[in-house]
Order: sequence, then C-alpha cells, then structure tokens
Amino acid sequence: MTSSRLFPLATTFVIFLIAYGLCIAEFPNMLSTRVLGNLLTDNAFLGIAAVGMTFVILSGGIDLSIGSVIAFTGVFLAVSMGDWGVPPVVALVMVLVLTTAFGALMGAMIHYLAMPPFIVTLAGMFFARGMAFLISIESVPIRAELYDTLQGLYYRMPGGGRLSFIGVSMLAVVLLGILIAHFTSFGRNVYAIGGNRQSAELMGVPIARTTILIYALSSFLAGLAGIAFSLYTSAGYSLAAVGVELDAIAAVVIGGTLLTGGSGYVAGTLLGILIMGLIQTYIVFDGTLSSWWTKIVIGMLLFSFIALQRGLVWLSARRRGAAMPA
Amino acid sequence: MTLPSTVKRVLPQLAALLVILALNTAIAPGFLDIAYANGRLYGSLIDILNRGAPVALLAVGMTLVIATRGIDLSVGAVMAICGAVAAALITSDHSLAATILATLGVGILCGLWNGALVAFLGIQPIIATLILMVAGRGIAQLITEGVILTFNVPGLIFVGSGSIIGVPFPVILWIVIGIAAALIFRTTALGLLVEAIGINRRASALAGIGTSALLLAVYAASGLCASVAGIVAAADIRGADANNAGLWLELDAILAVVVGGNSLMGGRFSIAGSLIGAMIIQSVNTGILLAGFPPEFNLVIKAAIIVVILVVQSPASHTLFAFVRHRPGRATEAPTHAAETKEEAAR
Repeated sequence: MTSSRLFPLATTFVIFLIAYGLCIAEFPNMLSTRVLGNLLTDNAFLGIAAVGMTFVILSGGIDLSIGSVIAFTGVFLAVSMGDWGVPPVVALVMVLVLTTAFGALMGAMIHYLAMPPFIVTLAGMFFARGMAFLISIESVPIRAELYDTLQGLYYRMPGGGRLSFIGVSMLAVVLLGILIAHFTSFGRNVYAIGGNRQSAELMGVPIARTTILIYALSSFLAGLAGIAFSLYTSAGYSLAAVGVELDAIAAVVIGGTLLTGGSGYVAGTLLGILIMGLIQTYIVFDGTLSSWWTKIVIGMLLFSFIALQRGLVWLSARRRGAAMPA
Repeated sequence: MTLPSTVKRVLPQLAALLVILALNTAIAPGFLDIAYANGRLYGSLIDILNRGAPVALLAVGMTLVIATRGIDLSVGAVMAICGAVAAALITSDHSLAATILATLGVGILCGLWNGALVAFLGIQPIIATLILMVAGRGIAQLITEGVILTFNVPGLIFVGSGSIIGVPFPVILWIVIGIAAALIFRTTALGLLVEAIGINRRASALAGIGTSALLLAVYAASGLCASVAGIVAAADIRGADANNAGLWLELDAILAVVVGGNSLMGGRFSIAGSLIGAMIIQSVNTGILLAGFPPEFNLVIKAAIIVVILVVQSPASHTLFAFVRHRPGRATEAPTHAAETKEEAAR
C-alpha cells in the first residue's frame, strides 16, 4: 500500500529529473544556480498558495478563492501602507488575520451548511476579488522601507544565483507544511477526512474543527502568498493573480496528490511547482515557442497524472477484490 | 409534466426577476422604454436579453450537466476555442455554412472529451473539465496564433449583431435553443433518465439506463451550447480573442443554473429556471450600472446571492425549516439528503 502511495510522487520526481535533463541537454546554461534561484523566486507565491491547496485537496475539498485572496492581500497592503498610513508590520498582521478569518468563515459554511466546497469557495472568490476592487481598481505601488529591506535580502549562491527572501520563505512554508501534514494530529485528521469522511467521523475526528482549520490554513497561506506576490511585484493590483487557483490545483495534482483526497504529499506539490516553472523557463530559453504552450503542456500533464491516478485506484481496487463504486 | 407545474416551479425566480426589474425601473425611469429604430428594437430590456445571451446559452448545457450531478468548468475555454475556429475558418475563405458546422462540431468534440473522461475513466466532473479549462485557452491561442483574429463577413457578424423582425439574433438563438432543449428532454424520457443519473448513477446503471452514453450526450450538449455562445461572442466583437472570450463565464453559467433553482447535487432540473437565472444575473449587472455604482460591486453582490442561495438550499436549513414548521414530509426528506452528501464525501 505504501509503495503504491509513493508511486505518483516517485513518478513526479522522475519526470522532473528527466525534464530537467532534457532541458540541460538542449540548453547547457539551464544547469546553473541562476536558473534555480529564479525558479524559486518566480514561483514563490504560487508555491506558498499551493501548500494550502494541498491540505484542502488532501481533505477531499477544493479552494477556488486563493487567486482572489492574493489580489486582495496585495491591494489591501498597498492602500493601507500608502493611503491609510498604517505601519507596514501592522498592515501585514492585519491582512493575515483578515484572510485567515475569511477562510475560517468559508470552512464553517462548508461544514455547517453541508454544501460543496466548490460553490462556497466560488462565492469566496467573487467576494475577495470584489473587496479588492472596492479598495482600489488601480495598480497601487508599495513604498515602504520594510519592503526594500526584504527585497534586498538574498543569499548569493556559488555560480551567481540569488536565493531570494521570498524563495527561501516558500521553501520554509513547504517544510512547515510537511511537518504539519505528518507530525501533528491536525495533519492526521486531514488525511482521515479525505480518506473516508464517515469513518473519520465515527473514529472521533473533529470534522467541524478540522474543516474550518483547513480552509483557514489555505486562506492564511493565500494571504502569505499575497505578501510574497506584493514583495515580488512591489505593487498591489486587484486584477492580479487571476486563475492562480487553477495553477495551484494543477501543481498539487502533478505533485501526485489524489484529487479524491486522503493520499498525497506536500513535497510532491513543490515538485509540481518546479515542473511547471521548468516548462516556463524552457519556453523562455527556447525563444521561439509561445507562452500558450505552457497551458497546453500543463493540461497534458494534468491529464496524464489524473489518468495515472485512476489506473492506480482501479488496480488497488482489483487487488482488494472489491467492486469500486464509480 | 403539465404546464402549470412547470410555471409553478420557476415562480420564485420569476418573482425575483420582476423585483429586480422593478428596482431598476425605480432607479432609472426610462428603464422599461423600448424604441424601434433602423429595423431593430432598442432599450434596456432588449439589452438585458441580448447581453445575457452567452450566459443563457451556456446555462442550457450546464443545467443538463448539473442535473447529472456533474459540472462543466470548460465552457468558457470551449467558447474561446470555438470563436477562434470560426474566425480562422471564415478568414481562410470557407463558406459560412461550413464554418458554422465545423465550429459546432469542434464544440461537440470538446464536450465528448469531457464526457469520455467522466463516463469511461470515472474522473470527478470538476477535475475532468478542469483539464480542458486549463489547456483550452492555450489551444485557442494556438489557433489564433496569439493575435485577435478579426473578420468582416456579414453572414457571421449577423449571428452576433443582426436582428430578425427587430429582435436581436442572439436573443432568438438562446430562446430557440432553450425551448428545443426543454422539448427534447421533457417530452421524452431523456430528462427523467438524466435526473436518475444525478440521483444515483450506479443504481441507474443497474436499472438498465445507458449511463455512459447519456453522460457523453449531456457533456456533448454542453459543448454544443458553448460553441454557439462562442460564435455569438466572436461575432459580436467581429473577432476571436483567445484570452478574453468567455473568460469566467463558466462561473456565471453555474450561478445562473443555481439561481434558477437547480440543486448542485443534481437529480432535478429546470431549463426555464436556468434561463430566468441568466436574465436575473444580467439584470443585476445592468441595475448596478444604472444605479451609478462602480461595476466592481457586481462581484460582491454575486457573492451575496450565492451565499443566500446556499443557505436556502442547504440540507441543514431544510432540517431547521422542518423543525420550525413540524412538517413530517420535509423532515424525512432532509436526513436522506444529508446522508447523500456524506456518501458523496466518502467517495
């Protein structure tokens, strides 16, 4: 059982190695710490958000609101620091509290109204984007000393690559995510609910608390991703990060997490992010390919991984000799 | 199904639509005026019918998909693909008939792809259609080669901005397609079978319903509706914009279906309800503009509408209503509903 659970993750890892190998064979320059550093920096906000999405998908749910929450965070930070004169640290804490409460509210609605996460987080998506629009419809630049310091923080790797602050933050979030998923009772509850909600309930897993915490965590990380994104762009824009939720879902699935919940690894999500980033880097290096190939290749990867997952589920069902309901 | 019960089912939606229209009239006194000029009707009401056409078209297909307890996230991307196909074919001097037929064919193919993933591979609909949603815009870009393909062929433009006896052509399109779909599914047993799949797919299959074929057909129908909507959207701006055509319209279409009184849990559907739902959404959009609010309010109001509907539809509040009213019929209905939800989550 363990080996079949690890199989999707191993596949992702092998695909990443092969893809990177092929890229290097064509463009030897891609094997440099510069490319690696940029890969981390460019995908930092997506990676942070995708860790939250991993927990949501592990529990068998989905969160469509994260792109909007990222945009809201950026706009809120820009306007509160600029127009309202809120000190940067206070603004950062405020926005994280707001987004976490927002996620908790969505989780509560999903649990107590017994409605599909899809439609509840869809409402959340509209609401967060609408709130961002109401604060400002313009792209607001962020000017704060704290931002300059954080943006100036980086570790120069051998070879000239820069390991930026947000890149390291992403890695730290992934590491924390792994710890939470495997070494806390919350993490075990998430897996239990995703595996079989009814059994989890009968075993005494606190469904209500865990569901609320899952969506609170996802929105909190979306808020953190919004902060990383605002550090990356030095601005807040209510039309930013449209469709990031889809990229995050794709990264989670490519990372080998089962969409039906209950099986998957946070580390896989990081690999998913890196594979998607690699495709983009390859397209940039190639120069003749257009950016829309990214979407097509990601779509094809998504399909192959979902088909692979279905195959595994089907095989394990056959092995157990039990008929699987469709 | 007799006419009165059909009308009765959509009464709350009709009432909501009338209230919104009344509010709009109160805000803008000239709201109900309809003028006839240059062989075409003009006025805010006509505008609502016309602007709401793409969402109404998508809602017809989405209603059927949701009735099977599915969802089709790809319709916006399919609109973009079909708009691109139509523009590419018409600009390379194909006849109008060939262009439209080929475009509709592409839409059906997209739907069949979704349907095959759901019916044969057993993938959850939301994920199966996500693939095309992500890849679809890339495919559309590939067809238009990254530019906005413009065209100037009167026949195709007519689909978007022409009119027959003063009525804009898109309005005729969605009304005709809506009625056709309602006739096909309600005068035959098809509608019943679709609802049966939504209630319990496995039991339906065991009862001898060809669930796979029906699922394929339903997703193909959704693809077909999306391709018509794609042609309308492209013809309206006389060009195919792979990035923006149909962007987020899948969400509006789902919202229209839900506002129309259809449950996301599947099992029952009303196409008339969904069409009225689409018009409610468009009336709200127009009302916000007329009231002088910034259009940004739109999203917040849509979110509020969803939340209200969720609370009304939720099994939990059904139990509460039953408790308050002491109506045994409702009370027995609510727990089975909740049990179904749990069963779904367990899978």
